[in-house]
Amino acid sequence: MLDLTYTAPAPKVIAGAKHDWELVIGLEVHAQVSSNAKLFSGASTQFGAEPNSNVAFVDAAMPGMLPVINEYCVEQAVRTGLGLKADINLYSAFDRKNYFYPDLPQGYQISQLYYPIVGEGEVLVEMGEGVARVVRIERIHLEQDAGKSIHDMDPNMSFVDLNRTGVALMEIVSRPDIRGPEEAAAYVTKLRQIMRYLGTCDGNMQNGNLRADVNVSVCRPGDYERYMETQDFDHLGTRCEIKNMNSMRFMQAAIDFEARRQIAILEDGGKIDQETRLYDPDKNETRSMRSKEEAHDYRYFPCPDLLPLTIEQDWVDGIAETLPELPDAKKLRFISDFGLSDYDASVLTADVANATFFEDVAKGRDGKLAANWVINELFGRLKKDEKTIKDSPVSAEQLGGIITLITKGDISGKIAKELFEIVYTEGGDPAEIVESRGMKQVTDMGAIEAAVNEIMAANPAQVEKAKENPKLAGWFVGQVMKATGGKANPKAVNEIIAKKLNG
Amino acid sequence: MTDLNKLTIAEARDLLHKGDVTAVELTESCLSAIEGSNALNAFVHNTPEISREQAKAADARLKSGDAPAMCGIPVGIKDLFCTKGVLSQAGSAILEGFKPEYESTITRQLWDNGAVMLGKLNMDEFAMGSSNETSTYGDVVNPWRRGNDDAPLTPGGSSGGSAAAVAADLCLGATGTDTGGSIRQPAAFTGITGIKPTYGRCSRWGVVAFASSLDQAGPMTKSVRDAAIMLEAMAGHDPLDSTSSDLPVPNFEAALTGDINGKKIGIPKEYRMDGMPEEISKLWEDGTAMLKDAGAEIVDISLPHTKYALPAYYVIAPAEASSNLARYDGVRYGHRATLAAGEGIDDMYEKTRAEGFGAEVQRRVMVGTYVLSAGFYDAYYNRARRVRTLIKRDFEQVFAAGVDAILTPATPSAAFGLGEMADADPVQMYLNDVFTVTVNLAGLPGITVPAGLDKQGLPLGLQLIGRPWEEGDLLNVAHTLEQAVGFVSKPAKWW
Repeated sequence: MLDLTYTAPAPKVIAGAKHDWELVIGLEVHAQVSSNAKLFSGASTQFGAEPNSNVAFVDAAMPGMLPVINEYCVEQAVRTGLGLKADINLYSAFDRKNYFYPDLPQGYQISQLYYPIVGEGEVLVEMGEGVARVVRIERIHLEQDAGKSIHDMDPNMSFVDLNRTGVALMEIVSRPDIRGPEEAAAYVTKLRQIMRYLGTCDGNMQNGNLRADVNVSVCRPGDYERYMETQDFDHLGTRCEIKNMNSMRFMQAAIDFEARRQIAILEDGGKIDQETRLYDPDKNETRSMRSKEEAHDYRYFPCPDLLPLTIEQDWVDGIAETLPELPDAKKLRFISDFGLSDYDASVLTADVANATFFEDVAKGRDGKLAANWVINELFGRLKKDEKTIKDSPVSAEQLGGIITLITKGDISGKIAKELFEIVYTEGGDPAEIVESRGMKQVTDMGAIEAAVNEIMAANPAQVEKAKENPKLAGWFVGQVMKATGGKANPKAVNEIIAKKLNG
Repeated sequence: MTDLNKLTIAEARDLLHKGDVTAVELTESCLSAIEGSNALNAFVHNTPEISREQAKAADARLKSGDAPAMCGIPVGIKDLFCTKGVLSQAGSAILEGFKPEYESTITRQLWDNGAVMLGKLNMDEFAMGSSNETSTYGDVVNPWRRGNDDAPLTPGGSSGGSAAAVAADLCLGATGTDTGGSIRQPAAFTGITGIKPTYGRCSRWGVVAFASSLDQAGPMTKSVRDAAIMLEAMAGHDPLDSTSSDLPVPNFEAALTGDINGKKIGIPKEYRMDGMPEEISKLWEDGTAMLKDAGAEIVDISLPHTKYALPAYYVIAPAEASSNLARYDGVRYGHRATLAAGEGIDDMYEKTRAEGFGAEVQRRVMVGTYVLSAGFYDAYYNRARRVRTLIKRDFEQVFAAGVDAILTPATPSAAFGLGEMADADPVQMYLNDVFTVTVNLAGLPGITVPAGLDKQGLPLGLQLIGRPWEEGDLLNVAHTLEQAVGFVSKPAKWW
């Protein structure tokens, strides 16, 4: 495997009125666990069901109801931890986080404050070829999602949908290692990519299956390095937390706004109040939600309804054995095994389905050629139709067949594009189509020479010009291709024309 | 046969199995006893249709010949248990009109065993109380009276309705729950038997939670044998309760051999409180002597952290309760306050909870919220948890030294008058639990049996504390003590 070394990306610098400022960002990503049933009940997690139809008695916090842990959700959290190269805690425990809200029927969220299931890990966030940062993961804990309050159905009433209540979430907490809005987006994208590879979270931000609370502070150049050296937060500025971002674009806009807001206050001689803020995409601004003084006192304490969660190392090892190849490893392998560029390897490994498709196409064929066809022709065509690889009308076998025909010299690149379009719209075996529709390249030198002779005879003036200026030979190539319906082997045509003009 | 309601479970079982009485007859006898018992205010929701239907089914099962011991036995159910389609309000106004769509595991097991439900029994609101004076249904009145006056007395709490109903022969047995003594103290105040099994022996699923790490259900009956029979039907592993034990349930009745020869009975010196009434110490000494006469070896033991148990309990229990009771918010079920124009969700929470919870519940929710709040958590909740660990260790060391059971008084006094503590400091009321809370904190089985009458003619009880999961042994010691005491007194019927 290639050993790639990276240089760290430069932090985002914002020039204030007085001097420069750097950004320091830490993220709490809430990722919904892919599972059929909820964390503590057997109710379905299906998105988009009729309101309040996926609700068990325990989800609605009916009197006397008790939570029972869903082992599969634990497995998914462990799998995610392993995918992030993190420590798995064989002992973890659930705590209650107490607060009142209509979409929180129990009046508490069952979470893991004191003993999370996953400890420290890391994520490699690439910001371009050879530029990347290792973002440290502090912890991942399991917790229940809340329901949804709906305020716009009636002028006087609010409604509550408990379908999402109790669905398992992984809260993935990073260290403050992220240094700009683009890095934040790249970090979330990378997390999502890894979890999709693992099958532990579908990462659908629109449905709210992936959301982030973003902690933003600003500091003067040099402060961050002092923090990294000492791990002393006093070197960093006071942070504000922007809640519940579920769009990459808005998250970046919110970070940028928030940083500039803080800089303006600091340069004005003010100080930042640690608080929770909400981003308003319509006005592109963050607004205070609650100050530190108004912050909830969550009165965390161990949930007496659940025993501490103890798991066996053997069980963890068993999960580790089933871990798929992850994006970083796959990308490196694509570069080394198929000779792909860093860029092409990144594009192809962004999504595991794309990567698998590519590998099927490239197997036993020219990897670079396969990458070109998958990325430029297939992805381009799918994008035009707003389709994904999963509903591609062209299978890996079919695309591989086209590439084989090219490398064998049976068809030209130009014909191959026509063939691709036929296979894409009509389906069928590429080799058979080429055969039945007479698309096969003419490599019969005699036939090509006859065509060349015919055209040269008809255009003696052009022959004279071309003899003086060899660049004009291309005109004859075009004419021959036209006359043969594009089927003539371009290499042979070129050779014969050159010979005749020079001879 | 008359007065079938006065039978013990064991007697009724034998008659039912012999075919001498039917479950229907037995049930009718209890239903008419209940009908005439309004003055006790023990039963708060009667379910005669269900009773008669279940009794008929029990008779059919008895006839077919494979009926379990509890088949056809009419029982009362504490209002804390959720019973499908039947009002289950935990003695609280906030659960006004609440009829669950589900059946608690314990009651389901009882019905599966053929037991007959007579109705729901009064209790302190959310099981918070030691006198059954905090119920939304009003006070329960103890069937016992002092010899020299008619003043209504407390049956104890929180399972006061269950205790009164069993003592007054309204049912053959009743379910209770015990978080700090709520089965054992009312059993002692009414001259009946009550056992709190090992934490995790009975499922908590479908039982309205007070303090989840302490709550445990158990039977309240007229004899130790009855307690053994009924507990066996209630106990067992429940996958729906993560704290339920998967140990097998032994045949508890078979453990009642009456042979305690060579058993070591511990007498803890810390339970000899300052100012303990002479009658209580005498009762305790007599009980000790009886066990010794029965062949047990009496040993003095020390449980040094006992004095910290009550304060620790009154931190841990309210802390858990403050969280467990958060769900009563008026959003989904039960009482919801009427709001004025312009009032929002916070007003709804505040008004609903102010109207729905009684004073004692509000006090405990506030205490619990306080001890869990930032800055106080370590000083109160965490310290209480450490005390709890020490109390548990006290017991472990005593058991490790070979002690089989521990004998203590059940309560510091006999039943007191209703309203007598109205102006007292709440801590005075909490002192009722002084002998019982340690058992909950340590998760151990504890049983109280009637051991005598005080000079006013009121029953007094003794408590036996056993090793974890050894309810059979504990019941056998209690049974031996019961035989030696020969307590046969019944309250004179005045209601």
